[in-house]
Amino acid sequence: MKEIMVIAEHRRGEIRDVTWEMLSKGRQLAEGLGGELGIALLGKGVKNLAEVLKPAAHRVFLIEDDRLEFYNSEIYERALIQLITERKPLLTFIGHTAQGMDFAPSLAVRLKLPLATDCIGIEAKDETFSLTRQIYGGKINAEVSFLKKGPYMVTLRSGAFPVMEEEPLSGEIVSVPSPLTDEGLARRFIEFVEAAAGEVDITQADILVSVGRGIKDAENIPMVKGLADSVGGVLSCSRPVVDKKWLPKGCQVGTSGKTVKPKVYIAIGISGAFQHIAGMKGSGTIIAINKDPKAPIFGVAHYGIVADLFKIVPVIKDKIKELKKS
Amino acid sequence: MNIVVCIKRVPDTTDADISIDKSGKDIDKAGLAFDLNEWDSYAIEEAILLKEKSGGTVTVLSMGGEDSNESLRKCLAMGADDAIRLTDPAFAGSDGLATSRVLAEAIRKIPFDLILTGTQAEDDGYGQVGVTVAEILNIPHVSLVNRIEVQEKKIKANRELEGGLEEVVEVDLPALLTIQTGINEPRYVSIMGIRKVAKKEIRAHGASDLNLKPEEVGLSGSDTRLEKIFPPPVGEGATMLEGKPEEVAQRVFDILKDKGGLA
Repeated sequence: MKEIMVIAEHRRGEIRDVTWEMLSKGRQLAEGLGGELGIALLGKGVKNLAEVLKPAAHRVFLIEDDRLEFYNSEIYERALIQLITERKPLLTFIGHTAQGMDFAPSLAVRLKLPLATDCIGIEAKDETFSLTRQIYGGKINAEVSFLKKGPYMVTLRSGAFPVMEEEPLSGEIVSVPSPLTDEGLARRFIEFVEAAAGEVDITQADILVSVGRGIKDAENIPMVKGLADSVGGVLSCSRPVVDKKWLPKGCQVGTSGKTVKPKVYIAIGISGAFQHIAGMKGSGTIIAINKDPKAPIFGVAHYGIVADLFKIVPVIKDKIKELKKS
Repeated sequence: MNIVVCIKRVPDTTDADISIDKSGKDIDKAGLAFDLNEWDSYAIEEAILLKEKSGGTVTVLSMGGEDSNESLRKCLAMGADDAIRLTDPAFAGSDGLATSRVLAEAIRKIPFDLILTGTQAEDDGYGQVGVTVAEILNIPHVSLVNRIEVQEKKIKANRELEGGLEEVVEVDLPALLTIQTGINEPRYVSIMGIRKVAKKEIRAHGASDLNLKPEEVGLSGSDTRLEKIFPPPVGEGATMLEGKPEEVAQRVFDILKDKGGLA
């Protein structure tokens, strides 16, 4: 029997969205192959999560252990090596997330499984799978194939696969004895830390004016702040602006920053890395200003302006000031 | 502390008008500017900061053709002590796994306490190589690191998770960390700085120097192969606002008034 195994991702008692996305894609592939869908759920006191996941698969393999209270690549690997070796799923899905990026590559080496990372598409093809990935910052898509026979491991980009409404499956919870021991770990979890809150909560703004790498220098930021002020909006930004310390972390929109849903989102000089798009695609109306007509941001924007931001932003600001007066 | 940093030279495609080449398997790179992969620039800076603080050496490695010397030299100018280029016709077509094997075998020959890599590369974006190298060398790893504190024979590192959350972990040395952008401010390298290291020798090692068999590297040592590339499918796409700047500005005002409640 062909099995597709989804490694469930959860944090602080919540199942993360990527898990449902992997399950939807996994189910579709399993049905096409006449196989079944399994979930590996690792944690401490996570039976309630197993119950929630149960209708989405044929089996939930539950490994509970106090040592699994917090994610740790070494502990995850030890637990999963045993399960995957025993079940031999044709395909193992892991989220291409901070967690999955941390353990999938090493688990694949240990299990000698061919690994394809950060996939946005996967289709069964003959006895193997054809994968779609993005390269060059999302400006180009690539079709990738496996050169070896399965089983395989694939990490899926979060947000790339839709979650389908489907009939519940038989969902059996299978308790798997924990293979973990107190054997010394070279890596230890210490604690979670929350990023410092910003002065302004960008998630509450009706209008966000967001600035990206295209602004080129810290001294140009006030120009965009001026536009934000003129429309009664709040200034936010994409990751490179925070990396360069031009604006604080609290202003960052995207996967590693905040998810925002303002009425209007104006993206200025933001090319549209998928991590950024994941944080703002729920905005009511998106206006993008970028000099590159092929920038991925135009794929998600409702309105696009192909222009040099240094020329167009001052004109927009002046026009708004003029029209507001009248 | 002896630190090894793995780097890659990549084309800058952010604002470039890119097109697919005749092979259909890569972009046309003529006319593109190349630079050190952004994540790697933070990794090399972090290594140099650690060296400046507590001594030791920084060795920088790159797999690639002669062009890669440019990026290796940039790292030398930033403050690395030694640079090694891993090059062999047999390396062509290496996927993430085969690349990791080459890097890992090269690192085995160097005494090290810590290995730093970027979290991912701007071009192929596997996000796979650093962690894979660690596993091949059988040492612990921590990925997506945005803060490092060196302690006695171990490192305390912050990992960047989603939604502004970080995770603090402790890892015994030797270890490998994959570095996230923003961890520091990579120093500027002047043309003078590059000139100063222009004569410094960059050693080149091939597959046989690394005791690697042809079937372990390149396409034959890979688990995956890129078949073809194509432009991302165009969705509904944006309505383009065109015309004179004043007309565009008027449209933006109208949208803000209509959709954003601009008073």
